[in-house]
Amino acid sequence: MLKLRDKIQQSEIWKSIFRHNYQDTNRNRALQIVDNVFLHLHPVRIPRHATNIGFTWGMGGITFLLFLVLTITGVILMFYYRPAAEYAYDDMKYLMNDVAFGPLIRNMHRWAAHAMVITVMLHMFRVFLTGSYKPPRQFNWGVGVILLVLTLLLSFTGYLLPWDQLAIWAVTVGTNMARATPLLGHEGPFGPQLGMRIDNDVRFVLLGGTQVGPPTLLRFYVGHCIFLPLIAAVFMAVHFWRIRKDGGISGPTGKGRE
Amino acid sequence: MQNIWLLVSKPDNIPIVGLLFLVILYTWWGFHRGLKNDRQDLSEEARLSEKIQVWPHLVRVEFLATLFVMVILVFWSFLIDAPLEEAANPTLTPNPSKAPWYFLGLQEMLVYFDPWIAGVVLPTLIIVGLIAIPYIDVNEKGNGYYTYRERKWALWIYCLGFIVLWVSLIVLGTFWRGPGWYFFFPWENWDTHRVVALTNVDLSELFGIPTKNPDTSLNPVAFIFGAVVVLGYFSLGLIYWLRKKNSEILKKLGPVRYSVTAMLFLCMMSLPIKMVLRIALNVKYVWVTPWFNI
Repeated sequence: MLKLRDKIQQSEIWKSIFRHNYQDTNRNRALQIVDNVFLHLHPVRIPRHATNIGFTWGMGGITFLLFLVLTITGVILMFYYRPAAEYAYDDMKYLMNDVAFGPLIRNMHRWAAHAMVITVMLHMFRVFLTGSYKPPRQFNWGVGVILLVLTLLLSFTGYLLPWDQLAIWAVTVGTNMARATPLLGHEGPFGPQLGMRIDNDVRFVLLGGTQVGPPTLLRFYVGHCIFLPLIAAVFMAVHFWRIRKDGGISGPTGKGRE
Repeated sequence: MQNIWLLVSKPDNIPIVGLLFLVILYTWWGFHRGLKNDRQDLSEEARLSEKIQVWPHLVRVEFLATLFVMVILVFWSFLIDAPLEEAANPTLTPNPSKAPWYFLGLQEMLVYFDPWIAGVVLPTLIIVGLIAIPYIDVNEKGNGYYTYRERKWALWIYCLGFIVLWVSLIVLGTFWRGPGWYFFFPWENWDTHRVVALTNVDLSELFGIPTKNPDTSLNPVAFIFGAVVVLGYFSLGLIYWLRKKNSEILKKLGPVRYSVTAMLFLCMMSLPIKMVLRIALNVKYVWVTPWFNI
């Protein structure tokens, strides 16, 4: 087999395509990582347990993958969707019935969103079980909690966009809680005493009205497609950067066992 | 029996079935590995700590994981359509109106607490409490490997919060709550006309102290009773401190860390306590004041 490989690699055809050979050395393996803009997020060398699915569960990486899937499918969906109450639902019907691969793209977006909520929770569970929030990673755990909240908010704002019964009532139930915010909601403790009314409290700001209506749709759309993803991207950058700065993936070094 | 299949096979509920399965699997796996590490002198992770090249070892794993996830996602998306119901109609409220599944734990809390606690204060405390974990956990053991013996308390409290008070409430809200947010068994048909008598009483009324006077003004005795119960509950943290302040763990925590930990823990435990009070004794409020009710 090896002889055959050598023979092929020394043939004129092979050389004309690849021009020079690739030596499998540690130096070249390192260059694969540092010379590649996408791969250079990684360190060049890692402890073996970092590749062990039984240790990492792979949930953090899968969360990032799902975020990328959601970005790509989300951009495609934006070509077919107008965030105005007159059009939104009709655009959804059009997408589900007449657009080529429309249902596939929308289904992938929705199921990846649900899956991402699950993988974020499981990633957090793993990080807790291995005590990986302990020094020096305390701050990055906090960044992760913010990312969990952003994931939930992204999912929640996206829930409204189909503009069907499921969407507006789920969002109505969710945002009704804001009425009761202490001090800032018109039904919350000490809210009325501070002059909160249904048309000026924190829920009004969230919805752009006294109930879930067309301004809410636009607000949630901009939040879902632009504002929240940008914030999440910033926090993700910090999260990944801090993993490297805090010494890479956690492992039994320094304190504890060893 | 039809109903259970309708619930489980609802497209938006499939992730919850998946979540339940994965949480059980990973809880078993995490504890299994922790106990295994505890029995050995050298943890699995320490055994696998020699350095290897990311290319190809890690990149290969990432590539295979990506393929695996994408295959599942594409099949899932081909087989099951995302739901699209009738057009939004603000004048037609569906019964039950449910929040997205990941917020059903919060919606379930609304049964036991007023919205300002269930919808605002407790969610805020969940976020703050999670961020605070690394700063209040002073146990420096168990950093970077699975273990049970070295972190028993931390693991039990986290599992109580995550599995019992988060995941199981989501499951409860999805499969056991029907019209009117009444309790239905998953296999029971949803009767939209079910009438349930309102027999809830306030805690003081269990002790023969009416919350309201006959002229519907607030009974000051009930007010003081409620205040004593609620403030007494939260002073449990102080009492424990006074009794155990010379123990090793409390000395290590110090007063600030201890008070934050005790506050967060008591707030977390208030949910199961209130659930038991409501479900077993029909208690509506523990403390009624003119401004808020707890």
